[in-house]
Amino acid sequence: MSLNDILAALFPAGHAVAVDRQVLTGTAETASGTVAVLGTTDAAAIDHRMALALASFVLDTVDRHPGRPLVFLVDTSGQALSRGQELLCLNGSLAHLARCVDLSRRQGHPSVALVTANAVSGGFLSFGLMADQAYALADAQVRVMDLRAMARVTKIAHERLVELAGTSPIFAPGADSYVRMGAIAAIWPAPSAERLAGALADAATACAAGDQRQADGLARGGRQLAAGIAAAVRNSPARA
Amino acid sequence: MNALLARKSWFEATARARIAGLLDAGSFSEWLPPAASQPSPHLAQLDLPGAFDDGVVVGYGQLEKRPIFVIAQEGQFMGGAVGEIHGAKIVGALRRAAVEKPAAVLFLIDSGGVRLHEANAGLIAISEIMRAVLDARAAGVPVIALVGGSCGAFGGMGIVAKLCSAILISEEGRLALSGPEVIETVMGVEEFDAKDRALVWRVTGGKHRYLMGDCAALVDDDLAAFRASAADFLAGWQEPAPTPALLRAAQQTLENRLAAYGELRDGLDVWAALGVADPAAVPLLDRDELVALKEGLPT
Repeated sequence: MSLNDILAALFPAGHAVAVDRQVLTGTAETASGTVAVLGTTDAAAIDHRMALALASFVLDTVDRHPGRPLVFLVDTSGQALSRGQELLCLNGSLAHLARCVDLSRRQGHPSVALVTANAVSGGFLSFGLMADQAYALADAQVRVMDLRAMARVTKIAHERLVELAGTSPIFAPGADSYVRMGAIAAIWPAPSAERLAGALADAATACAAGDQRQADGLARGGRQLAAGIAAAVRNSPARA
Repeated sequence: MNALLARKSWFEATARARIAGLLDAGSFSEWLPPAASQPSPHLAQLDLPGAFDDGVVVGYGQLEKRPIFVIAQEGQFMGGAVGEIHGAKIVGALRRAAVEKPAAVLFLIDSGGVRLHEANAGLIAISEIMRAVLDARAAGVPVIALVGGSCGAFGGMGIVAKLCSAILISEEGRLALSGPEVIETVMGVEEFDAKDRALVWRVTGGKHRYLMGDCAALVDDDLAAFRASAADFLAGWQEPAPTPALLRAAQQTLENRLAAYGELRDGLDVWAALGVADPAAVPLLDRDELVALKEGLPT
């Protein structure tokens, strides 16, 4: 599905979203008013320029439009793989982007991320996974690494990983695994203004509740341990 | 010479030895110690050996009599990589810090990032760690990253390190997003020769990160030096509230840096551009000489 088709389906009342070298920024009209729209397209490999462009747009929105909701459209193949990018501390620019999203939350901007095509590791961490709620289109690819590459790195047979991926959302690539693990709220069969309106309404509640992904992952049966372990650490007696 | 002999290497120490060298003697108490915990069932499912602490130690102690929370990753187990239990222990400790407000959280990072054997659990846990670090900081608790282990701070843990209040790094410490091996495998050896150790250090190493201002302090590879550096940093640090003005300033710094150095490919070129008269000598300088060099640079 093309970006234009996705934007048209999400924002039938109109939008003004511009794309500059795979980074999209702009505004759109929704049932709950004007929203800021930002993200990446064409499986962008996130580099310094992209991270800083997105961060700058978040800061502009915080400065000029108090409380305006943020809609992230996520299509990233991960981080740019480049010596020059690492030389300038690419993890620092991705952290800066994450801090800007976190600031917007603290300043009262609800945020919703929609994975439109790809969401992979570092590019997903710094942006989509920082939203109050994340969603994915039905054919979206969400993963850390595909199973063939994972087999190479871990030296575990590919067939073995495929077999286990059938039963374990812990490492099976796919948006469905991320729903069961608590990181994606729901999968949308198609982009839709009604679903977006519902997501924006839920985002305000999600923001107030704090990070509920461990509890959601437990309730959905994907992550059986994390919630209990974190609670056990929180509640361990300090030495008297 | 005696001082050198007396050093205890941070790089070679285990997570527990680092904690022992960092905190006031006998003050550490562990939450969810190995006897009360369980190894990762996800590793067991793949017939891989687990560890009862799942490669991370969390707990409470004192640094110069001030209450401190500690998170210490064990680089010698699965490369310090973050799986479900490992990540949840870190999240629990950070969330506890936001409520109980110790004087600081010392985060001893030694990790390649996500543990691929539990990839989704690891990625989501790192996202939760990111938010928990920022929540602790917003509650006024400084979170200090200490980087000097054999696995450095890579992948999602490189992002986490840069979300902390400050990074204290040794020359042996490395900080980046993608590992040089990954870049070489995908993009080719001419992009990044991972076997060229000197080049790897000029791009990701502690001296480079310190000269660029990405790390607040350069520390000798010594337990006592990390302890002194952490105490020294905390004595002079007041955790700032997250404000638009603070992040605007950070944005400007990063944009200026990208404009000035965005075309460069080697630490040597960046150091020359920073005003270092003899960049080729940088790898030979000891810690004190390098700190003096940085303090003499034009701002």
